[in-house]
Amino acid sequence: MAAERPHLAVIGAGPAGLAATLAAARHGVRVTLVDSAPEAGGQFYRQPARELGARRPEALHHEWRTWERLRDGLRTHQRAGSAAHLTDHHVWLVERRPGGFTVHALLGPEQAEPAEVRADAVLLATGGYEKVLPFPGWTLPGVVTAGGAQAMLKGTLSVSGRTAVVAGTGPLLLPVATGLAAAGVRVAALVESADPRDFVRRSRALSAQPAKLAEGARYAAQLARHRVRTLVHHTVVEAHGTDRLEAVTVAGLDRSGRVRPGTERRIACDTLAVGHGMLPHTDLAQGLGCRIDGVAVHVDDEQRTDVPGVWAAGEATGIGGAALSLAEGHIAGRSIAARLTGGEPDPHDWAGAGRARTALRRFFATLDEVYAPPAHWAEQLTDDTVVCRCEEVTGGAIREAVTGLGAGDQRTVKLLTRAGMGWCQGRMCGSAVAGLVGCPETAARRPFARPVPLGVLARAGEAPEAEVPEADV
Amino acid sequence: MNPLELAQARPAPAFTVTLDGREIEALPGQTVAAALWTAGITSWRSTRGEGRPRGVFCGIGVCYDCLVTVNDRPNQRACLVPLKPGDAIRTQEGTGHGG
Repeated sequence: MAAERPHLAVIGAGPAGLAATLAAARHGVRVTLVDSAPEAGGQFYRQPARELGARRPEALHHEWRTWERLRDGLRTHQRAGSAAHLTDHHVWLVERRPGGFTVHALLGPEQAEPAEVRADAVLLATGGYEKVLPFPGWTLPGVVTAGGAQAMLKGTLSVSGRTAVVAGTGPLLLPVATGLAAAGVRVAALVESADPRDFVRRSRALSAQPAKLAEGARYAAQLARHRVRTLVHHTVVEAHGTDRLEAVTVAGLDRSGRVRPGTERRIACDTLAVGHGMLPHTDLAQGLGCRIDGVAVHVDDEQRTDVPGVWAAGEATGIGGAALSLAEGHIAGRSIAARLTGGEPDPHDWAGAGRARTALRRFFATLDEVYAPPAHWAEQLTDDTVVCRCEEVTGGAIREAVTGLGAGDQRTVKLLTRAGMGWCQGRMCGSAVAGLVGCPETAARRPFARPVPLGVLARAGEAPEAEVPEADV
Repeated sequence: MNPLELAQARPAPAFTVTLDGREIEALPGQTVAAALWTAGITSWRSTRGEGRPRGVFCGIGVCYDCLVTVNDRPNQRACLVPLKPGDAIRTQEGTGHGG
């Protein structure tokens, strides 16, 4: 019976993908949830490896009850045969074919063996990754992204040192600092370049989100309990060390976002967890030809992209956190179920999620304005600072491409300097290059979402379809 | 408190892997990067151009800074690859292909 249902492939098992899977499966759709991790959860609900035997993983998490509901819902649908979960599947391309789609993935941590999933419709819930703007010393071992420090902590229960500075801008810094402190790391300072008081002044967006206010208060209390010094309107200007991080220099910012001379101070640390916001993963959407607005996938009120049969939800459509991802995923799942079973969706079916989506999008739009990286960050970047970590292209080389050779966009800088041409394909340096050029940040076009072995490409289309169990025992 | 205590982890017994021939202890379920961090090691690669040290940066498989050689396979992302007993990890220089 399950095989007669229309088939949806959901890519990404974070909050958006899970919410969509549950909504679609509950309303008559067979779902295959495809994800690269060994366990569901995405980055927000990243789980410790099962073999570590964590009996209290919730100690590192927020909104644990929501996770339990999602996890149990997925299990119920797996048992009923309405959902399958393919773990360790790294999707590199979604291909349109007559009447449906083929999802191409690479299996396991080595990502050398191919697998394919065929479906009638696709939901892209591919999430996001962290943006870090460069500064002298940011390539030193011990300097990690804030989200990376959190991912290593949640997923592997490990930390990179004993004393950390958490720095950058944005609300992610708070759970990272409190998480590291709870895990026994001395957090010497939390360095935020924005001034959260600017946010409190914008009372309209805040008053609509009392839960967010309470969350902020909880973080403040935890920071106080762990005696974490918080420096607002400050930024890291340099990371020091030869073979690994030994200290950072932080400095105060004036109202225009420039470093205030004479305010520099040095803080000894072996870990710097740093981040300047998030960027959506849009590679699969671009491969399908979906419209991209700026750096995010464009969607309509039903979370549909402009490519028929392709929906998108969560951070891929714009950064907005787990609660917004859940709302968008739920709406997408309901819309997909209605449209795949031959009906016209009724937005009243998701009225609650729709209201949450509207309020949370407004909230995060305000957040974005307040938590912007310091306006003059590029002035701290010396000519010998590496900007493209993969190809070791310096700030000086990029400036020369712009001022000497007339480059006016990321692509021309890439052609002239190789910035963005390496392993990560510009994911780490794209924002910085755009900032140095002075052009708007755009999502780079990448033919594949990850490196693919040539042998897999040569055999693409011939690979056997992945085993999708109709029902788990 | 350390992270294992915080999450009340009861991992299966530790096993041994090697880093450039030196024995280090790893827990079942740990990635290469996690075991190296736990052993106090934060860099295990030198870059192709300047020979600069690198280790984990993004922690989620996006940045490729943490590339390492595992059982003679170069360019493995240490933050993604889980360890098995007896795995031989080698620090990676340049492209990892000896050239």
